Amino acid sequence: MIVRLFEGVPRRGVALLAALLVVLLAAPWMANDYLLTVLIIILYSAYTGQAWNVMMGFAGQLSLGHAIYVGLGGYAAAALYVHFGVGPWLGLAAAITVAVACSAVIGFLAFRFGVGGVYFAILTIAFAEFARIGFDHFGWVGGSSGFFLPVANYARNDLWNLRGNPTMFYYVMLALTFAAFVLCHVLLKSRVGYYWQAIREDEIAARSLGINTFRYKMYAVIISAGMTAVAGVFFAFYYNNLFPEQVFHISRSIELILGPIIGGIGTLFGPLIGAFLLTGLSETMQEILTALGLDAPGAKQVFYGLCLLVVVLALPDGVWPWLAGKLGVAGRRA
Amino acid sequence: MAAEIYFNVAVSGLLTGLVYGLMAVGLSVIFGVVRVVNFAHGEMMTIAMYLAIVLFSSLGLDPLVMVVPLAGVLFALGYAMQAGIINPFITRPEHSQFILLVAVAIIIANVLLIVFGPDARNVQTSYAFDSFLVGPLIIDATKVYAGAATVVITAALVGFFRLAPLGKAIRACADNYTGALVVGLDVKRLYALTFGLGAACVGAAGAMLVLLVDVTPALGPALTLLAFIIVITGGLGSMPGALLGGVLIGLTEAMAGLFFTPSAKSMFSFGLLVLVLLFRPQGILGKRLS
Repeated sequence: MIVRLFEGVPRRGVALLAALLVVLLAAPWMANDYLLTVLIIILYSAYTGQAWNVMMGFAGQLSLGHAIYVGLGGYAAAALYVHFGVGPWLGLAAAITVAVACSAVIGFLAFRFGVGGVYFAILTIAFAEFARIGFDHFGWVGGSSGFFLPVANYARNDLWNLRGNPTMFYYVMLALTFAAFVLCHVLLKSRVGYYWQAIREDEIAARSLGINTFRYKMYAVIISAGMTAVAGVFFAFYYNNLFPEQVFHISRSIELILGPIIGGIGTLFGPLIGAFLLTGLSETMQEILTALGLDAPGAKQVFYGLCLLVVVLALPDGVWPWLAGKLGVAGRRA
Repeated sequence: MAAEIYFNVAVSGLLTGLVYGLMAVGLSVIFGVVRVVNFAHGEMMTIAMYLAIVLFSSLGLDPLVMVVPLAGVLFALGYAMQAGIINPFITRPEHSQFILLVAVAIIIANVLLIVFGPDARNVQTSYAFDSFLVGPLIIDATKVYAGAATVVITAALVGFFRLAPLGKAIRACADNYTGALVVGLDVKRLYALTFGLGAACVGAAGAMLVLLVDVTPALGPALTLLAFIIVITGGLGSMPGALLGGVLIGLTEAMAGLFFTPSAKSMFSFGLLVLVLLFRPQGILGKRLS
């Protein structure tokens, strides 16, 4: 089983991955609180990017409203915890169920009625916006004034209730990211993965070969939504607050997908590289601008936008395919 | 008395919807020809709105007078954007174009933030409180002027695409990209012209919208989304459809604000969008998608 995981992966790639994992596992001993927080953000966006990549990168279905699954997952688990005292691990099941149900409705409506391409993307935005405004008026979870979890006592780590210090959250997020990476690797090499790639490349050809495109597109949407909902639960318990204007906002959906696109869409390392690059870029820029005395509100985002522009102009396929070539770990293009 | 309130709100929503419709006409023209979804549409609109505010506060120029000059300025911006950065992307996948335009949107929004600060701004004209009395209806004069200008501009644009040789050439590019290349049309230049025309609609709409709503640097995404909803509701590629979609969305939001709560009004627009996408994906006036 374990051996099969590494089939077809260049040896240097495995070594690289192992080295990265060791560094990440050791990070809390070396990093200060600030760096640890940044690393949590990086892993969080790597994880959500990986989840989104299943839908877009593997199966070619562009979702621009993934914030809806983060939000639904976060709200489901937080509401159970606050109102009924149900712990986050049980809440996780509820969160995944809610997000999967919602994604199944969106996917069913879109694919049955033949809504594809740009129209599908805009449909996903519409649902996310619908949820944002809906939750603004949903009094049971605080409406627009936000929903708060009781702030934890950081004296000891309580993994069962997901209450504790940043190091615990870091390891939880690292485990999630690693699990998502392995899951995506397995999916990509499975029959479903090959069906997805066939659909991504040419849906009509895939259907004419006898692939039930409706079913496999639904699988992609559902798996992606379920994975994203897990990130939502983490978000809720890590930040202890949820505001509809924040979690469901279109800019969250956009941030979520920038990483995998910049990193390299449809690749396993893309979301990881993209998360490191973009979060790293954003934080370094802040430091540099502050040092130069240029920290006007908005200045950082202007440079961020310019960097995005440069990357997308220079490396249309993303950073990873180019970097993989340089490092000599480029396998067969997945 | 009660019935009159509904009629007043309906007419007001309808006229505001026309201005949003003009912005959507711009999006429709761009997507219909260039096949690029302009995710920076709302941000371009905020540029036009801030320009109108600056011209009014520094030179006292009325935004309604500035409709044509601002359309010209935005035309130049749109032309430059298409010729400079978007043309290399027309054959790239959607997500690649998406990142490009999102990057442009981020830059515009934050440059505006640096220059103008985060506060909401508007324009107070001498006729801001004028109104026409039509029977029992009280109609806001500003909205009537803006609505009329919108209809004139859209009619001119429809005429251009139907009658002018240049307009016909642009339609040829939209119908068949390869065919247009074969007959020797300079497709890249025509695309730049088209993007310019779409942006000009945005400039004109922005000059008028500044009379109706307050602008902040962060208004862009909401306007972009609104333009999407209107265009898809009305029918992508149909200019009268975009105006009709604008009117429908304006009416829906005005009525939803009256019957429910103003903060929930966009929910009804998104609800309408979902229904249209599912049951008539080509939009109300759109042609069947091939």
